[in-house]
Amino acid sequence: MSVIVYTESENGKFKKNAHEVASYATKVAQQMGTTATAVSINCSENETLGDYGISKVLNVQDDSLKPFNAKAFADVLASAISSENATVLIVSSSSDAKYMAPLLAAKLKAGYVPNVVTAPESTSPFQVKRTAFSNKGFAHTEITTEIKIIGVSNNAFGTIENKTDITVEDFSVDVDSNFKTKSTNIDKVVGKATIADADIVVSAGRGLKGPENWGMIEELADVLGAATACSKPVSDLGWRPHGEHVGQTGKPVASNLYIAIGISGAIQHLAGVSASKTKVVINNDPEAPFFKAADYGIVGDAFEVVPELIEKLKEFKAQNS
Amino acid sequence: MKVLVCISNVPDTTSKINFTDGDTKFDTNGVQFVINPNDEFGLTRAMWLKEKQGATVHVATVGEANVEPTMRKALAIGADEAIRINAVPTDGFFVAQQLAEVVKKGGYDLVIGGRESIDYNGGMVPGILASLLDMNFVNTCIKLEIDGETITAVREIDGGKETLSTSLPLVVGGQKGLVEESDLRIPNMRGIMMARKKALNVVEPIEGIHATDDKKFDKPAPKGDIKLADNVDELVTLLHNEAKVI
Ligand SMILES: Cc1cc2nc3c(=O)[nH]c(=O)nc-3n(C[C@H](O)[C@H](O)[C@H](O)COP(=O)(O)OP(=O)(O)OC[C@H]3O[C@@H](n4cnc5c(N)ncnc54)[C@H](O)[C@@H]3O)c2cc1C
Repeated sequence: MSVIVYTESENGKFKKNAHEVASYATKVAQQMGTTATAVSINCSENETLGDYGISKVLNVQDDSLKPFNAKAFADVLASAISSENATVLIVSSSSDAKYMAPLLAAKLKAGYVPNVVTAPESTSPFQVKRTAFSNKGFAHTEITTEIKIIGVSNNAFGTIENKTDITVEDFSVDVDSNFKTKSTNIDKVVGKATIADADIVVSAGRGLKGPENWGMIEELADVLGAATACSKPVSDLGWRPHGEHVGQTGKPVASNLYIAIGISGAIQHLAGVSASKTKVVINNDPEAPFFKAADYGIVGDAFEVVPELIEKLKEFKAQNS
Repeated sequence: MKVLVCISNVPDTTSKINFTDGDTKFDTNGVQFVINPNDEFGLTRAMWLKEKQGATVHVATVGEANVEPTMRKALAIGADEAIRINAVPTDGFFVAQQLAEVVKKGGYDLVIGGRESIDYNGGMVPGILASLLDMNFVNTCIKLEIDGETITAVREIDGGKETLSTSLPLVVGGQKGLVEESDLRIPNMRGIMMARKKALNVVEPIEGIHATDDKKFDKPAPKGDIKLADNVDELVTLLHNEAKVI
């Protein structure tokens, strides 16, 4: 019996969430008096997981598993779970994990609970705390099946260092590479933080008046190493791509810092971004609802405040580096 | 082509969330229910398939009689027939099993659900359903083109998108992008009149697994007061020294 964690990687390197889910799995294993085993697919830095309490890695190297394929990856994990006699599987909240986990749940007749924000409240019965109603509430959910799948919310548990001796074992699964759903193209910005894993997200709304004014938003994001996001009407108007739409019906944001510029703070917007740890609002209307939901703010015209902020941050960076 | 759109009946996005019965149940008092936004994009895409490619479109939901207004709305938008599985939709696994039964019996080629419902945010019904019936599956689907046997789908991934080629039978977890916001339809009078005459069939649930059980709910702690900075200098200092985020 052990706890299995799927640690995601890309181009041979762990994704940022891998160390967080590894830390989470270690915690669950401690609670259950067992050890945590990671399943790693086409990654070349498996030993680093030992820093987060993982004692064993099942190392899968298989070219037919490039790129990600939800069904094939689910098959690999199902096989790892059975060979380790595991009863708990930990995954992240990435788009890949959310694609794969339901397939696994059906295959293993397992209860799957996504958006989990803390270590299990109890492991017998097995109960976790998760967000519900798009961050407007929490549910304390018991998983009643023998095998349990937990999807950990981004940036909710954090990484916990815990140096552990680690063994890496090769693990192979017969993959029928004749996939019925096949990737034909991946179109992804490289070298830029994504909304899913950025520490800082800079987001702007209709207050910016038009797409031609996004230069300063991108520059601010650049200075901060942040991802850019926008409110729903901004993407509906075609000012920004749909992939930037955040909120209840767009992408969720759970960054350390969320900066909202010219966004009023409608309930649907706030629901999607409220998991961010520190929220800053810049808006010229002191009555904007976002001022009730943020930690810090400036009442002012974005067209004055943002350029000034960029300059200050550049100075600040120069002094602190 | 037979298309089934799975619809979740959810609180309107502006709803204030409260709990009742010792915080064990969602308080529906004063709450307006609507078609789950992600499902509405799927339903609209299905209408396009009906109009342009002659598809038959049914809608299904797991719920008690109180969800019927939402189903009538889907019929008014243009679905041909509705199916209600008469059970409380408490658990994603259970819901997926019920819908799988409908899909199997009805011989649907394409099933469109939402990426997640905005109430319990489980995000698992389409995937579990696909897996139970061994159908192909595309999640967070933002584009779906069907050309005879070949299907091209685009899914949203973290930081971009991925194009997939697949085939029927297929299950899709949809969201905005399947159609644009401006393509969404508000039922007109004729649609509403016609919806009254369309079949809304009620079927009893099959035995299924309840994999999870929400024991208790609560709400986030109320937010402390905001600190307003008088100028940018002060803001940067606060973010560095106090919040420690830069
Ligand atoms: C079913 C449904 C789902 C929805 N889902 C989402 C969602 O997921 N995400 C989302 O964002 N919205 C969502 N919405 C829309 C939401 O209700 C709001 O309409 C939207 O968030 C408003 O966007 P905004 O803040 O950019 O624009 P507005 O509400 O127009 O606000 C613009 C703000 O900019 C400020 N401003 C103007 N000029 C300046 C200036 N020069 N300097 C500084 N500030 C300025 C104004 O004071 C105002 O507060 C949804 C709505 C519905 C009905």
